[in-house]
Amino acid sequence: MTGPLLRVRDLAATVTTRREVIRAVRGISFDINADEAVGFVGESGCGKSVTAKALMRLAPEGASIALGGSVAFWGQELLALDEVEMRDLRGRRIAMVFQDPMTSLNPVMSIGAQMADMLRRHLGLSGRAARERGIELLDLVGIPDPARRIDDFPHQFSGGQRQRILIAIAISCEPDLLIADEPTTALDVTVQAQILRLLLRLREERGMALMLITHDFGVVAGMVDRVNVMYRGEIVETGLVDDVFSAPQHAYTRALLDAVPRLQGAGATR
Amino acid sequence: MTAAPLLQVRDLSVLFPARRGAPPVRALERLSFDIAPGQTLGLVGQSGSGKTTAGRAILQLQKASDGSVRLLGQELTTMPAGALRRMRRHMQFVLQNPYSSLHPRMTIGQILSEPLQVHRSVPASRIRERVAELLELVSLDPAMMRRYPHEFSGGQRQRVVIARALAVNPDFVVCDEPVSALDVRTQAQIVALLQSLQEKLGLSYLFIAHDLAIVREMAHRVAVMFRGRIVEMGAAAQVYDSPAHPYTRLLLDAVPVPDPRLQRERLRRPPPDLRFLDGDGGPCIHGADHAGDGTPEWHEIAPGHGVSCRYWPKGGGWEPA
Repeated sequence: MTGPLLRVRDLAATVTTRREVIRAVRGISFDINADEAVGFVGESGCGKSVTAKALMRLAPEGASIALGGSVAFWGQELLALDEVEMRDLRGRRIAMVFQDPMTSLNPVMSIGAQMADMLRRHLGLSGRAARERGIELLDLVGIPDPARRIDDFPHQFSGGQRQRILIAIAISCEPDLLIADEPTTALDVTVQAQILRLLLRLREERGMALMLITHDFGVVAGMVDRVNVMYRGEIVETGLVDDVFSAPQHAYTRALLDAVPRLQGAGATR
Repeated sequence: MTAAPLLQVRDLSVLFPARRGAPPVRALERLSFDIAPGQTLGLVGQSGSGKTTAGRAILQLQKASDGSVRLLGQELTTMPAGALRRMRRHMQFVLQNPYSSLHPRMTIGQILSEPLQVHRSVPASRIRERVAELLELVSLDPAMMRRYPHEFSGGQRQRVVIARALAVNPDFVVCDEPVSALDVRTQAQIVALLQSLQEKLGLSYLFIAHDLAIVREMAHRVAVMFRGRIVEMGAAAQVYDSPAHPYTRLLLDAVPVPDPRLQRERLRRPPPDLRFLDGDGGPCIHGADHAGDGTPEWHEIAPGHGVSCRYWPKGGGWEPA
């Protein structure tokens, strides 16, 4: 397999809701290489989340989506796949973690059952093997006492733990690409640091590519190799993360960076 | 040295009673602080630390189990309902979500007239004029008064929420996560607006937020909360530049910094050992018997800068000098 893991060309997404039709993504092109971490930064409504959903061929909630352009995953055109083929790929080769862990987990299913569902469907594991693998995964993402907790329900975990569980489910089939859409936005700052460390560790241990979507320049700073800045459905700046932070070229990138509140003084730098 | 405080909070405690077998929860434990006229106290801490309960208990929206709250020299905790209602025009609040805090079927003009009618702060003939004035105060076009909340962006709606809070000319405003639902550029604009209103109107704020960087921009003094207690309080520069309590240091170290090299290095450090935060925080590290002699669990380390003696790790060089 040669070329990038993901090669996106002229991707356009039009989202239709009951109220309006929005050209959410207006012909963007980018690559993500295997093992690479790429950040997408922008404000709400800039099209970053729709881009992520478009790669998975998912529509935003309560809306339909029309896609144009090309999304090649290891050279295979995803926009040409039918829904059955796409479902096989989703979760197994490309997995996604969303902002709100409570709404992404099924509240009436134990987390073990939710993990087993994925493992049995994609990897064909038996019930017992799936349970064992589930316990291993919970341990991997730092849930204490996983053998006992695997039968608990989502509401029995804290927000940070629920996000860890979602990450465990997302990586359960060893995907090539993990898409994380604002994975720490709903979390406290100390828990956020734990989740970022976890993502960093998993990426290194598993050689998985990461697409990290966030409005927070601080979050993206330590996590990615390259960053794309989105504004009104377009990528207005792209570059190595160090270059974009030290010498932003686009006026919009500069405005965003200037608006980031800073902790000046010793507390921030020590 | 300083002017008489506008707000004086002493030993404010809130106890949520036991429910369905769950033990009672000490949501606030002996909070004490002052806010001077025209000043901002920032209240930071994780979710569940009691920040919001503190704001509600001060505004008398939550019954305190103990302690005192004095606004403009008047005790609020024992004030009869009628007097308290009249007192409300001096204290207002701005909440996090500008989407749910405005009635969707009321025009902006109706939303802003309501507090004016309730408190009869201007004669009926002048209400329209006052609404226009309020919109101008928050840099919105007075023509907006005929339109509905859904026609506006999150930032514009938060301006309307602020205008509504200011309608009755309050002296004190509790801002509870006022910008956390907004984009960074909009956050910066709302912070600038709150600052300019403070200068113009001499407002005092209790500014509650989990985002330490935003609080640094807004606050003159900062209190750090953990499990219902204030664990550190001082001038913003004291707390941010020389944090003393281990929990404060932990919080500040966890804030992601928009500097790739530094942030990479911070994420690669071994994660902090958080076990010292378990349990009830242990006895006073200075060996004092605060419960026995009734003194607060509080130690001043510099003028105006104090820390709690609870929640300190044993060993590891954390002991205070």
